[in-house]
Amino acid sequence: MMSILTPKRPNLADLRPALAKVERRLFLRQALSFGALSMLTGCNWGSDDDIEKVLWRVSRFNDKVQAALFSPNRLAPTYREDQITNPFPFNAFYGEDDTPIVDGSDFKLEVSGLVEDKTPWTLARLRALPQENQITRHICVEGWSAIGKWGGVPFRTFLERIGADRRAKYVGFKCADKYYSSIDMATALHPQTLLALDYGDKVLPPKYGYPMKLRVPTKLGFKNPKLIAAIYVTNDNPGGYWEDQGYNWFSGS
Amino acid sequence: MQTEKTTIHPLFVRVTHWINAFAMLMMVTSGWKIYNASPIYDFMFAKWLTLGGWLGGALAWHFAAMWLLMLNGLAYVVYGIVSGHFRRDFFPLSPTAIVRDAWAAATFRLQHRLGAYNAVQKLLYAAVVLMGIGVVVSGLGIWKPVQLQFITGLLGGYDTARIVHFWMMTGIVAFVAVHLALVLLVPSTLLPMITGRAPEHHVRGEAA
Repeated sequence: MMSILTPKRPNLADLRPALAKVERRLFLRQALSFGALSMLTGCNWGSDDDIEKVLWRVSRFNDKVQAALFSPNRLAPTYREDQITNPFPFNAFYGEDDTPIVDGSDFKLEVSGLVEDKTPWTLARLRALPQENQITRHICVEGWSAIGKWGGVPFRTFLERIGADRRAKYVGFKCADKYYSSIDMATALHPQTLLALDYGDKVLPPKYGYPMKLRVPTKLGFKNPKLIAAIYVTNDNPGGYWEDQGYNWFSGS
Repeated sequence: MQTEKTTIHPLFVRVTHWINAFAMLMMVTSGWKIYNASPIYDFMFAKWLTLGGWLGGALAWHFAAMWLLMLNGLAYVVYGIVSGHFRRDFFPLSPTAIVRDAWAAATFRLQHRLGAYNAVQKLLYAAVVLMGIGVVVSGLGIWKPVQLQFITGLLGGYDTARIVHFWMMTGIVAFVAVHLALVLLVPSTLLPMITGRAPEHHVRGEAA
């Protein structure tokens, strides 16, 4: 398993989440590390569950700190075409060959929750909305980063079209690959948050999230759900695939 | 035998020293696990040296312990400036004195006096304080490359900020290695960092 983490080989990046999945069972239970720590400090913190609770609480505090640090107008740096990372790495909680292929011809994006218009959206109708593109840096929670070009509908425009309650707290996403995630409304309304339909001037290929991906350059990569099938607006935090396992929910850049 | 004692490490310095040691231990060991998720260089840290169990756990530790490290570090730096601790104990620091004391140490002729730093110690303590500031600043540049992009930009961008963060950590760990080796060589330095006091004759630099 160690070879999976061999550095400087982004083509193996897709295997890392599988390893992380195995590793997460060891979440905070790694006897040696914590044992060594309590021995060195002479502290008795109680059970691992107590520590997990404290870490979880600090993570929720960090959500609030990051929301306060977030500026609705501050833009993520943008780059030139020649700075784009090629090939742009594939990353998901499964291997590239297991990416579900969505049939775009009869695809309809579901919309629900605190919105006025819940009519499902065909891809053609999304294409008819104003389009923008951006070249920004995707930063993975693992530490690596890559520059890519995405095109699509500014998410704010989309939220306006569906009559979303913009005082609601969260926007949630359900994906065709069983992934799910959610973001805060302030980030959803940020001028660079994009409902991406294209990657590098071409239709988004399945590996980058066909039929659509939320591109959020102000958040870490795992907060950029791909293969989006349903979008909903809510006041109850929907969490997320990784967030529910312990990654910080806000994860702003 | 001389038993009169005197304070050589003020309470504030002792408390912040041990809080910092604890916070640094958590930051470094969880940081090594985070490094392992996407190594910058052609090596990884041994798993048993890392904290958190998996990447999510390591990040949770890192982003919790950072508050302890930053607040404690800030308190220490403010104290160091306001109380005159930095000015008194780290300066004056001249290249000549550093070369002189380094040579004396290398030839085992350097006297150790508790409560008074030689030029090499002054250099290392001043350097580790600066590296502590550097590791926090580069960490902020990695954590918030959009909201704090002036920091990330100053460091040459996101990827170089990671490299700076790595080398600041390495510098601090190297300092700790030397620091601990010297405590083993001169064990009488350990107790004063806990009680603050040492026998008077040690302070005067008489034969220890």
